[in-house]
Amino acid sequence: MTMTSTFDRPVRQYNFGTMSLLVFPATALLLAFLVLPTAVVVVLSFTDYELGMDGLRYIGLSNYSDMLADRVFWQSVRNTALYVALVVPGSIFTALAVALLIERRRALTRFYKVAFFLPVTATLVAMATVWEFILHPSIGLANHLLKVLGVDPVRFLSDPDWAIVSLAVIGIWQSIGFNMVLFLAGLSSIPKEIDEAAALDGAAGGIDRFLIVTWPLLGPTTLFVTITTAINAMRVFESVAVITQGGPNKATEVILYSIYLEAFQYFRTGYASALTVVFLLVTVSLIILQMRVADRKVHY
Amino acid sequence: MVRQYSPVSSALAHLVLFCGAIVMLTPFLWMVITSFKTPDEVFLAEFQLLPTKWGGTENYIAAFTEAPLLRLMVNGAVVSLSILVVQVIIAAPCAYALAKIPFRGSSALMALVLLGLMVPIQVPALPIYIAFAYLGLLDSYTALIAPFSISVFCIFLLRQFFKTFPQEIIEAARLDGYSELGIVWCIVVPTALPAIAAFSIFSIIAHWNDLYWPLIVITEPSLATPPLGLMMFRQSSQAGGNIGALMAASTIVIAPLVIAFLFAQAQFIRGLTVTGLK
Repeated sequence: MTMTSTFDRPVRQYNFGTMSLLVFPATALLLAFLVLPTAVVVVLSFTDYELGMDGLRYIGLSNYSDMLADRVFWQSVRNTALYVALVVPGSIFTALAVALLIERRRALTRFYKVAFFLPVTATLVAMATVWEFILHPSIGLANHLLKVLGVDPVRFLSDPDWAIVSLAVIGIWQSIGFNMVLFLAGLSSIPKEIDEAAALDGAAGGIDRFLIVTWPLLGPTTLFVTITTAINAMRVFESVAVITQGGPNKATEVILYSIYLEAFQYFRTGYASALTVVFLLVTVSLIILQMRVADRKVHY
Repeated sequence: MVRQYSPVSSALAHLVLFCGAIVMLTPFLWMVITSFKTPDEVFLAEFQLLPTKWGGTENYIAAFTEAPLLRLMVNGAVVSLSILVVQVIIAAPCAYALAKIPFRGSSALMALVLLGLMVPIQVPALPIYIAFAYLGLLDSYTALIAPFSISVFCIFLLRQFFKTFPQEIIEAARLDGYSELGIVWCIVVPTALPAIAAFSIFSIIAHWNDLYWPLIVITEPSLATPPLGLMMFRQSSQAGGNIGALMAASTIVIAPLVIAFLFAQAQFIRGLTVTGLK
């Protein structure tokens, strides 16, 4: 990203008053609500601070070693990773398929786009409440439908083997529309001539043409969408907080929910800070990866 | 030239898309249908699509009386609109300075903005919460609004937009005696309305729907935002298991954004995916 190129030739001097009028409020708030608190989190992660305590003690890396020894921490890392591993491919391949199908149609495309995008707009807490009811073991719609098919009812949310999968289905449902739009943008930036040249060169079938032409050209978009979806999936919180509260038996305890519990329910601030630092490091590495990918993109 | 697709493959594609669309819409349809059912029919062990008895009136009355739903909606509107207005007022002058004025420290500030883009709210949340607790600000509108007064994303987005604004017009305005703030609000910002509209949609949806921060700072039901209030209502009604009323409340909570989306689809899609398309 170019930050300095436009400033190479100073046009005139601006007095301090004018500049501070423009920049001071934003800078002050940026420091107060972002920079300083983030620095404080890092500092607190090396202390034994608990909210309400009078003082705090430097305890070095104790919080971090506690974390590495904590089974709940590893459980939440595994659960989050599993959730991401389910949501990312599920959402991306569905979104890609939908985008490819929509792109070649003219009739009804508006209806399809609205239907697939609607979950992105809708308040997730409300829709999680609805999903919980749909997945109810005895009166839920999902089990009603399974019964019609002759399948035994599934305890989607109270069976530890199913719970995280059920939440991942909600996550996929919620993110398809967003990814569909990104794929549609990627598809529209592929020149039609290339597609037609491929058709003339004998890449006749739709699938042939997709594999030879569209897929490679969509590569950068796909990579970008993958990382974006992973970043968002890593931050799963609402569906856990509303539906499962981490249960059954910690089967849906995810990173952000652990941080929430430690920081704001148990008030183990120092330990929660260490968790937060780890969460931040993973997020930042994914975003840096994403920026690298975005810089390499030719289109948009 | 538009290629022709065989009618069979076209019909097949429509079939797949249509079924997919129905699956996507099922939670919404089931929510609305259930909100019209009486408790007896909600708890039926057999599948029954439509209600045979009308329970809608009761459910919606329960949603508005047992949950402070009207209050929640007003809170949601006040909080998300206040956040948006403050964000733009704070970010626009800064974005203008970063885009158009060479000043000492501008690249440092820009680096800070870019770093800020990487930090999710859950990170500064902890110290901000502690500070608010000591200042006695928990359970207040201030607690809901203040942390979001600065949007690095808004600065970033507007700066991108302002950079293309012709320098000559700014110089001419200066000769005409405009102050820098005058230039920001009277000349540059009006041309950036598309960017501001996209950001507005992004910001309002994000904060209307947010659960994490309100959950942390608000315990008083009358100050809850719609998602938090709905969650409180769900926990309180679980014993009674009034699912019809819960579905009615969910319908009301998502209604404003869903209706707005149906009326302005293109703008919504642009506003929400602007993060991915920048």
